[in-house]
Amino acid sequence: MSSRLTHEQHLELYYYMQLNRQLEDRMVRLFRQNKIVGGLYSSLGQEGISVGSAYALEPRDWLAPMIRNIGGLLVKGFKPRDIFTQHMAKYTSPTLGKDATSHFGDLKVHHTVAPISMLGDLIPVMTGVAMAGRYLGQNIVTLTWIGDGGSSTGAFHEGLNFAATQRAPFVLIVENNQWAYSTPVSRQVPVKNLADRGRAYGIATKIVDGNDVMAVYTATKDAVDECRAGNGPVLIEAKTMRMQGHAQHDPADYVPKEMFEHWKARDPIARYEKYLTENEIWDGKKKAEIHARIERELDEDQKFAEESPLPPPELAEQGVYCDGCHQIEADWQRPKEEVMPPKASIEAAWTVKSFGGLEPEIPGSKEVAAFDNGAKTPARAVEERAAELVSKSDGSKAPAQAPRVPFGRGPKDKSFARSAQHKPRKR
Amino acid sequence: MPAVTMLEGIRQALFEEMDRDPAVVALGEDIGVFGGAFKVTEGLLARFGPERVIDTPISETAIVGAACGMSFLGLRPVCEMQFIDFIACCFNQVTNFAAKSHYRWGAPVPLVLRGPSGGGVHGGPFHSANPEMYFVHTPGLKVVYPSTAYDAKGLLKSAIRDNNPVLFFEHKFLYRRIKEEIPSDDFTVPIGKAAVRREGSDLTILSYAAMAHTSLEAAEQLSTEGIDAEVIDLRTLLPLDRDAILASVKKTNKLLIVHEDTRTAGIAGEIAAIVCEGAFEDLDGPILRVTALDTPVPYSPPLEHRFLPNTEKVVAAARELAKY
Repeated sequence: MSSRLTHEQHLELYYYMQLNRQLEDRMVRLFRQNKIVGGLYSSLGQEGISVGSAYALEPRDWLAPMIRNIGGLLVKGFKPRDIFTQHMAKYTSPTLGKDATSHFGDLKVHHTVAPISMLGDLIPVMTGVAMAGRYLGQNIVTLTWIGDGGSSTGAFHEGLNFAATQRAPFVLIVENNQWAYSTPVSRQVPVKNLADRGRAYGIATKIVDGNDVMAVYTATKDAVDECRAGNGPVLIEAKTMRMQGHAQHDPADYVPKEMFEHWKARDPIARYEKYLTENEIWDGKKKAEIHARIERELDEDQKFAEESPLPPPELAEQGVYCDGCHQIEADWQRPKEEVMPPKASIEAAWTVKSFGGLEPEIPGSKEVAAFDNGAKTPARAVEERAAELVSKSDGSKAPAQAPRVPFGRGPKDKSFARSAQHKPRKR
Repeated sequence: MPAVTMLEGIRQALFEEMDRDPAVVALGEDIGVFGGAFKVTEGLLARFGPERVIDTPISETAIVGAACGMSFLGLRPVCEMQFIDFIACCFNQVTNFAAKSHYRWGAPVPLVLRGPSGGGVHGGPFHSANPEMYFVHTPGLKVVYPSTAYDAKGLLKSAIRDNNPVLFFEHKFLYRRIKEEIPSDDFTVPIGKAAVRREGSDLTILSYAAMAHTSLEAAEQLSTEGIDAEVIDLRTLLPLDRDAILASVKKTNKLLIVHEDTRTAGIAGEIAAIVCEGAFEDLDGPILRVTALDTPVPYSPPLEHRFLPNTEKVVAAARELAKY
């Protein structure tokens, strides 16, 4: 076993995955009892992705869930009662009954952004959180998820492209669960791997087995580390399968039975249990303890939710605007003087690294993407051609000195400085 | 105290707010090195640096989405739409993400979305729009549309300091055509307050933005015919200053609404409803409106002239109203 996690952490991962599943099992029962007011979306079979990726974040980091990321919310510190009350539209829910499902967040403690139903919108939003965190000197990383279906939206493209141009410390997990409602992935995306889309943005990508929680955790941890080192953003495609319909109302009879059977044999929780046993991380007693704890916590929180009141009708009229009810204050982790004149002031002029033709006009200039999966980026292709050109012309492999021109980007800002310095990135 | 244009007033507000508060950042297309398509942000990058003045890709959704994210960490981003017409490209981020955030989960989104709007400059169907009503119909937003240099500066400062998403429309016809002396001290103009531009007793002309000037010209012309018109500049469209509207109608008993936006479901309809609910007994005549045609903004000068309201059209409508 070559894991970076302690035994305790391994068991904590198991706790969250199992809590995720059992919480949702209970909600299915509540749904059938008409106690869930709206729709109920299942993350059955995808628990390893939510839990494994969120577990790679530190408390200061930010995430934004999608509907199938209950596990990520639990890891971030939300309680089962938050999930129960959200679905049951109770006054005690995080949104007081104003919104449903995983549509809630918390700015102060859990650093979690509430999603909206329009897919892809969280990608530019979490890019902005990442940029603001860098601006304030907080050294945070942000993370969100998107499905195979959501990867076809314009917001996905605009957001990821902007994140890439900004080198934002942002991790995007593409959960490829094979189905966008009733449409198979092959009818949405004409490439085999959704990770290939990342290459088009010149960012690092990785493909993992989404039903292997350790693989998800490890890949995300690497991505988070790279982002914190200034080498973001990173896209991770996690291959998995949506084991139920789009929501409870959908029997998913458009999915071939054999496909469900194939993936059922790869259930992430069963696989992780086997892993824990084979690596002697737990025994039957430990497992029973975890299950008993989950049972106890869910009993308590379900009772709380069921006994909670619905919101008073007049609440409908309240809270459209912030009329001073919230204090808006940035948490500065760097001296403000750095972003104020005269320190922030610069010469506003562009410099260019390439004149844009097919030939490398500025020999030696290069920009290498770190942490990728071997894709030859256009920048690297130019770099290689440049090296070739130099070696042919003067017989030496040493790249010529790249000209330095005022760039209109401040030396204090690392994301901009790299453009001026032509420094090869750490691999 | 030299006279400044409306454009300069906006520019001053940006400089002063960014000087005052390091949480204020600006992002948009070509706003940095180039200084913006209309040069509203000229000099901003040189003074505040690339971390605070961000040239973005042509991605309106990414601009507004990222600004929402920034605001969650306590920043106050000011986004520029190169032309306000392009706000259509980020409609979802504005109306679903930014506008509903505080209501849904108590997360304020203190961003400003500003850009040049309006016709009269032969910009054609995609560079002349007045899309304010899409957003006036969206609870959670504030919509500001000033008509003077003083108001533009004071209202933009208020917008930046506001805890809610504020859409700030800058009528490009007015950018360099109007000039006034404005004080050098740190003043603001409150959002949600209309201004009486001309006192009058015979009828009220309610308007905003470029049409506030058209309405004033019409009022001057009407005065030569013995019609004494009151002219009110709304300045903010959401929230509307209901008190100012009703007070003026109760005083003059006649209401003409003038807007450059198209006619159907323009703000005149909403104001007419407000007046019927709150001052029906005070009306001595029908509520009339002069608006643009219900068409896209056409390009060729005679077509655009036909499309837009103008002084003659306002005077003609006011004459009709005065007969009651």
